[in-house]
Amino acid sequence: MIKYVVKRLIALIPVIIGVTMLVFFILKSAPGDPVRLILGEQATPEQIAALTEQMGLDQPLLAQYAKYMVGLLQGDLGIAYSTRRPVADEVFSRFPYTLKLSLVATVVSIALAIPLGIIAAVKQNTVIDNVSMFVALIGISMPMFWLALLLMLLFSLKLGWFPVSGAASWSSYVLPAFALGFMNMASTARTTRSSMLETIRQDYIRTARSKGVSNSVVIRKHAFKNALIPTITVCGLQIGSLLGGSVLCETVFAWPGIGRLMVQAISARDVPMVLGCTVIFTICFSIVNLLVDLLYGFVDPRIKSMYS
Amino acid sequence: MSENKSKYSIDIENLVVEYRTEYGVVQALNGLDLKIEHGKTLGLVGETGAGKTTTGLSILKLIPDPPGVIVSGTIKLDGEDLMEKSEKEMGSIRGKEISMIFQDPMTALNPVMTVEEQIAESIELHEQVSKAESIEKARAMLELVGIPGERGKEYPHQFSGGMKQRVVIAIALACNPALLIADEPTTALDVTIQAQVLEMMKNLKEKYNTSMLMITHDLGIVAEICDSVSIIYAGQIVEHGNLEDIFENTRHPYTEGLFNSLPNLKDRKAKLKPIKGLMPDPSNLPKGCAFCPRCDYAMEICETQKPEKVYRNGEHYVRCHLYSKENIQEGRLETR
Amino acid sequence: MQNTTAPAASRSEAVKKYKKTSQFGETMKRMSRNKAAVLGLIILVLLVLMSVFADFIYDYDTVVVKQNMAERLQWPSAAHPLGTDEFGRDLLARIVHGSRTSLLLSFAAVAVSLATGGFLGAIAGYYGKWLDNLIMRLMDIILAMPMTLFAMVIVAALGPSTINLVIALSISQIPTFARVVRGAVLTVKDSEYIEAARAIGQKDLSIIASHVLPNCMAPIIVQTTLRIAATITSTASLSFLGLGVTPPTPEWGGLLSSGRTFIRDSSYLTLFPGIAIMITILSLNLLGDGLRDALDPRLR
Repeated sequence: MIKYVVKRLIALIPVIIGVTMLVFFILKSAPGDPVRLILGEQATPEQIAALTEQMGLDQPLLAQYAKYMVGLLQGDLGIAYSTRRPVADEVFSRFPYTLKLSLVATVVSIALAIPLGIIAAVKQNTVIDNVSMFVALIGISMPMFWLALLLMLLFSLKLGWFPVSGAASWSSYVLPAFALGFMNMASTARTTRSSMLETIRQDYIRTARSKGVSNSVVIRKHAFKNALIPTITVCGLQIGSLLGGSVLCETVFAWPGIGRLMVQAISARDVPMVLGCTVIFTICFSIVNLLVDLLYGFVDPRIKSMYS
Repeated sequence: MSENKSKYSIDIENLVVEYRTEYGVVQALNGLDLKIEHGKTLGLVGETGAGKTTTGLSILKLIPDPPGVIVSGTIKLDGEDLMEKSEKEMGSIRGKEISMIFQDPMTALNPVMTVEEQIAESIELHEQVSKAESIEKARAMLELVGIPGERGKEYPHQFSGGMKQRVVIAIALACNPALLIADEPTTALDVTIQAQVLEMMKNLKEKYNTSMLMITHDLGIVAEICDSVSIIYAGQIVEHGNLEDIFENTRHPYTEGLFNSLPNLKDRKAKLKPIKGLMPDPSNLPKGCAFCPRCDYAMEICETQKPEKVYRNGEHYVRCHLYSKENIQEGRLETR
Repeated sequence: MQNTTAPAASRSEAVKKYKKTSQFGETMKRMSRNKAAVLGLIILVLLVLMSVFADFIYDYDTVVVKQNMAERLQWPSAAHPLGTDEFGRDLLARIVHGSRTSLLLSFAAVAVSLATGGFLGAIAGYYGKWLDNLIMRLMDIILAMPMTLFAMVIVAALGPSTINLVIALSISQIPTFARVVRGAVLTVKDSEYIEAARAIGQKDLSIIASHVLPNCMAPIIVQTTLRIAATITSTASLSFLGLGVTPPTPEWGGLLSSGRTFIRDSSYLTLFPGIAIMITILSLNLLGDGLRDALDPRLR
């Protein structure tokens, strides 16, 4: 199993190289000269040439990329065009905020969604089922940033229960985490329900019942673990939307995370900053996907056999 | 179980089961009668869709509800009517007094539980033993069905089809049930494995004096392992008797048709004689005898009236308008 | 009740009648039983009609774009059923025209993804080996970035414009379609009728088109519906961030973004465009759900 983990980690490297290279080249192909952007209109040709050389922008693109990647391994993400300060400082100081928000959102959404999905499946076609699935349907149909806006409108501006912006206290987490996680919660609940319904129809459930196992034990012991497998898939796929969504959520709530940083950097055409944020996002995303894959192995022994 | 309260291990009378779906009501069982004496094996023979599995599930009261409903009838386990038992009481009967083996071993086992855990679950539930003891007993059961005990820690996907079925049998017999319902236990297996599994079941049955309901469409298996036979068609028993009755003194045209459908090994050039037509749609059964549309001997009365039981001897009876008390001894069918 | 002794003529007629009920017809029939899916379809059709005829409902230049500061920030009234925005423009008109932007953009992006991704997935699955490996690694690289982020990067480089947005959104969704088609191709690839087709000399491309692709129709249709919904959401998200459609072109996300400044006093600006998005996505989800259930072979 360890061998498999190592193998996957190693396989991650070409992907990360591929993505960073792709992003690097896309951003570098942006029109406009960053040197002129920094120095302004009045810059003399000598100043431009000097800064260009200093920033290494006269090198061939591939060389620039290599230099960047070497720097990345040492934790150096270059200098931001807009602040002229190391990108790494900004990114690493803000990253924990995004991470914390995402974590809270994920935990809350899973903790609420899975029990809800199971109850809806077990009590199929009752009021609980119909109401919760209707709410879930609305949930996956609402754009996340709109939900964020509405929550802020109602609970911060009108009712004043929670702060409008910032990450000052634990109460600051409530609205953003809920907005961020709601869509995923709805999606997970739906998947859990359908997965559970599917599992209950399986032959081995019938075998368990023919042994005299009571219904509640059948659900808890036999159905749950099997139903979890597709649910994990969906949760895994949602990580991507969570990361993308953090950008929006952070913008609405002025959350000091790297999502908001990235949006500001894009508006400012600050290539190193955008690149830095992207690289961190990507690495994070890939590692989480790997973790989800490994989680499969723990839950499904058939997959575990494939891994060892 | 030391003393038997009744002559019969299981006694089903006039069982009516329906599946009520949005497309219509499916009449799965229409007045089914079935009796098995202690320690004996009854073969329940019929085509797909006749109601064989439904019979097995009804005994265990595991008919999926919705859409299935046991409308009426009695099912007596050693004299006690199961229809009056609560779900909780059934819980202690399933796996302990009555066990069932299902048709497809590939899907009958939980893929995320080890094999010994699945056997031990039954033991732990019904017998007052600790978890560790139940695992030990589970391993002993594995040995009994011919699988090394150490393999109990493995998962179902690590076993072949035949071995999976043996595990299923081990689960079913773990608590020494009085009645074993086997729903086509060897259909999904290779012929050679079939023979092994059947042999094993025969031995275990004799060792524990278990009654068995062998659900099958294979007359060969019936001849091999059964004491008596019930032929089921469209949810009703159309003929019932012991082996000699059914094989040597066939009376019902459907039973005759089943035997005729077997290829004749002696005469390879003889044409196959299938039964014409198909089983009737169970949501739209014919008014009279259900077999009438396919029957070579159909008479006018067959279309309008359902036939009653006519007995040839103590056990052998047939539901067919061809017969009455007078002519049943000679039989009316042409010789095969 | 089977009647095996019917005269030959009526038997062949019966066969013809059976064949006429094509898969499409059957699917439609099954879906029609699902009331929610039918509702979704109706809403979607209405939305499409609204976007197609938007110019007839509200003239673009005079109502949607022209500023009218005298009437700015008015709450809903008879004259302006959904109120006016910060430039005095009728909100309902902007929402109606916004539907055209959203739907057109999303359909275009998904169509490009489907064509490209489907093609790549088909050849990857069919030819296998190094081609499969290469294509799937490329897909992995694109997949290594969440869709919104990827679109943001492309917009960051190329600048916000409608074309760039379509490019960005379509590229990021290519892997989804590639995977779906590849999966479907793999299930059919080793079938005997494919072997037979090859044996009689049918060309590869022709085999893919006539035998393999019809097999993928079901998952492709479902995915397309869901992807359109996702693209609409993404478009709105990007426009909300100022990285999507540029003003004054109305786009629902953009409307929400500009309305945000006035959220305290003109909260209706935050409400209505969002409702428009939600109804659209909801109808697509209902339709997608219904299609998925109707096309599920196990439920047949």
